[in-house]
Amino acid sequence: MDLIINGLTEKVEQDNLTVAELLTAKKVEAPEMVSVQLNGEFVRRADFAATPVKENDAVDFLYFMGGGADNERICH
Amino acid sequence: MLTIGRKLVEEIYAHGFAEAPLEACGYLAGRDGVASKYYPMTNVDQSAEHFTLDPQEQFAVVKEARQSGLQILAVAHTHPASPARPSPEDIRLAYDPNVLYVIYSLLEPPTIKAFRIRQGAVSEEKINAGA
Repeated sequence: MDLIINGLTEKVEQDNLTVAELLTAKKVEAPEMVSVQLNGEFVRRADFAATPVKENDAVDFLYFMGGGADNERICH
Repeated sequence: MLTIGRKLVEEIYAHGFAEAPLEACGYLAGRDGVASKYYPMTNVDQSAEHFTLDPQEQFAVVKEARQSGLQILAVAHTHPASPARPSPEDIRLAYDPNVLYVIYSLLEPPTIKAFRIRQGAVSEEKINAGA
């Protein structure tokens, strides 16, 4: 089926996929650190495995983005 | 290599100094390794030592960049009081394999560096701060 993944139309081999299975198919290494929008609506991580994607759905996903100097602060 | 024009570098620093002593963060977008736009983002941690992007804002910016024909090339953040190098936390939380991690220090003299971070391995990527 055709899906619009991160803005690009892609053909995926399986016709019945969940969000979790799609992330696996896209080789997402840390799906627990990914946010997903399905047709513009957020999908809760707890629902990834139960949320189906359908022909022509728009699926956007992006990774958690964070970090920081943490304890590397230099004291003057 | 990541090319960031001098004006864009100034824009990034201006955001960093405006947010200091808190960490500032944002996305750099462009094409073919040449950044042409900086998107200042909200640091939801509001912390001097940590940053986290807001997923809602991330999606909005990524989609806006896409509509402008741009790709997200890098995520940038300040180290307001420490050198421009990835901290253990930066390395641990670098999940996205598709972007570079730009870190800029506000210590004198301000320094900006880019890193590729993959599964705990860090390599510095040259920045061409052109005209």
